[in-house]
Amino acid sequence: MNSLFAIGIVVLVAATVIGLLMSIAHLITRYTQKPANTQSDSDKDLPYECGLIGTPAQSSRIPSGYYLTAILFVLFDIEIIFLYPWAIAYRDFLSTGDGLGYLTAFIIFLLLFILGLFWEIRVKALNWK
Amino acid sequence: MGEDIFSSVINTVKIVIIFLFMVHMVPLLVWVERRASAFMQNRFGPNRVGPFGLTQLLADLVKFIFKEDFASSKTNKFYFYLAPVLAIIPVALAFGSLPLSSPIYIDSFQLFGYSLGPYLFEIRSFPMDVGIIFVFGVSSLAVYSLLLAGWSSGSKFSLLGALRASAQAISYELALSLSLLGVLILFNTFSFDQIIEMQNQSLNFQFFSKEIKINFLPNWGIFYQPLGALLLFVALFAEANRLPFDLPEAEAELVAGYHTEYGGIKIIIFYMGEYGHMLVASSLMVILYFGGYNLYPLLNEEILQSWLLPNFSLTATSLLTSLILFLCFFLKVLFFLWVFIWVRWTLPRFRYDQLMDLGWKTLLPWSLFNAIATAVVIWLVNWGNA
Repeated sequence: MNSLFAIGIVVLVAATVIGLLMSIAHLITRYTQKPANTQSDSDKDLPYECGLIGTPAQSSRIPSGYYLTAILFVLFDIEIIFLYPWAIAYRDFLSTGDGLGYLTAFIIFLLLFILGLFWEIRVKALNWK
Repeated sequence: MGEDIFSSVINTVKIVIIFLFMVHMVPLLVWVERRASAFMQNRFGPNRVGPFGLTQLLADLVKFIFKEDFASSKTNKFYFYLAPVLAIIPVALAFGSLPLSSPIYIDSFQLFGYSLGPYLFEIRSFPMDVGIIFVFGVSSLAVYSLLLAGWSSGSKFSLLGALRASAQAISYELALSLSLLGVLILFNTFSFDQIIEMQNQSLNFQFFSKEIKINFLPNWGIFYQPLGALLLFVALFAEANRLPFDLPEAEAELVAGYHTEYGGIKIIIFYMGEYGHMLVASSLMVILYFGGYNLYPLLNEEILQSWLLPNFSLTATSLLTSLILFLCFFLKVLFFLWVFIWVRWTLPRFRYDQLMDLGWKTLLPWSLFNAIATAVVIWLVNWGNA
């Protein structure tokens, strides 16, 4: 069987089983249970809070540390992904006898990476308060 | 096409069985977790429903199905109901691409007057040459489900939980993918089949033109990459949102984190996702560092076939071999699942800044060191051999 086709079937099976489970639960409770309070109960409809009137999530601001982490992640992750093909080809290059140049390229690339990381630690971009 | 209906039907049935196997591991693991935590805390745990309380989760499932399907007025309904489904799909895909046992060979046979076969069925949902990249790529998509769940709930606890979850997931993904570099350099491939094949021999390597061979030890990755295995395991803990890294649902501060607003069957589906992640993580540890479904000096395909082939037909031998090797794989995976549960009830939770410091300032430099050390050592050994 074609791999791509099989991946489609896996997604379909997972979505169907979970979807069926959720719809069965939804239908059962819809037709067997009456809401405990038949009057329109505005307090029940509110998001969870311990007895206070909750502040809505939409109005709360997101700390900037999360954005910073996300941006740094993108930078570093791309650099790591570049290393994957290198890792796969490394031993083939060694067997051709051109290993040293190949290793040096890797270490220079990683030095840039390490430099970036240490700079970030130094300017306290990774500190959480 | 090059394929017939029989093959397609068997493959589809196989996909469904593998998915259901993954889903059915959840009740078992929840039971183990509750009983283990009870014994560690000098309690009994669930022991009333069925033998040893084994059917407790079945009773719980009935309860969950009959709970009111409630969504508060502040939720974005579409994404609210989409998030649990998205929690399962990446896990199902990741688990589907792992080789669980040796392939089954079915000899040619007659069915309704047609001659069919021979067939070779692999024990996984789909074959994948770039298995490692696929698994890590797909399982990193799981963060979307947490983010959607938290954002669409319209509750500030959910939103904070989702933010923490995504920041934690991406931070530990760096250490995760870097600690994998050592394995990639070592095995020189992305394919799980080749990695398992290379570990299926006695420990041997060349060291300065000297052939070193230890017959009673298998050629497992853990002997070459102990630091990488440790780093990968820690990072996988964080990816699965397990204690001590379960900050996204730190109940002392965030009620229940990103699934505060969820109840009934939907929360069970999130748990399925979490336990599915544990299953994938344990399987990855077994495949990359502990020889996959083979147990080299004692148990592998050739040894089993040499025992079974004189007594059984080719198809029966292949089926039995596959079954025994699957049990071997499953026992290894169960060990790592037990480690997950054991750690959860042993270590306390981190504070959030400690968690991020551990990811960025400890795991990341160490996995960098591991990658460089592996590359240099392999270059040195190669230079010495030449």
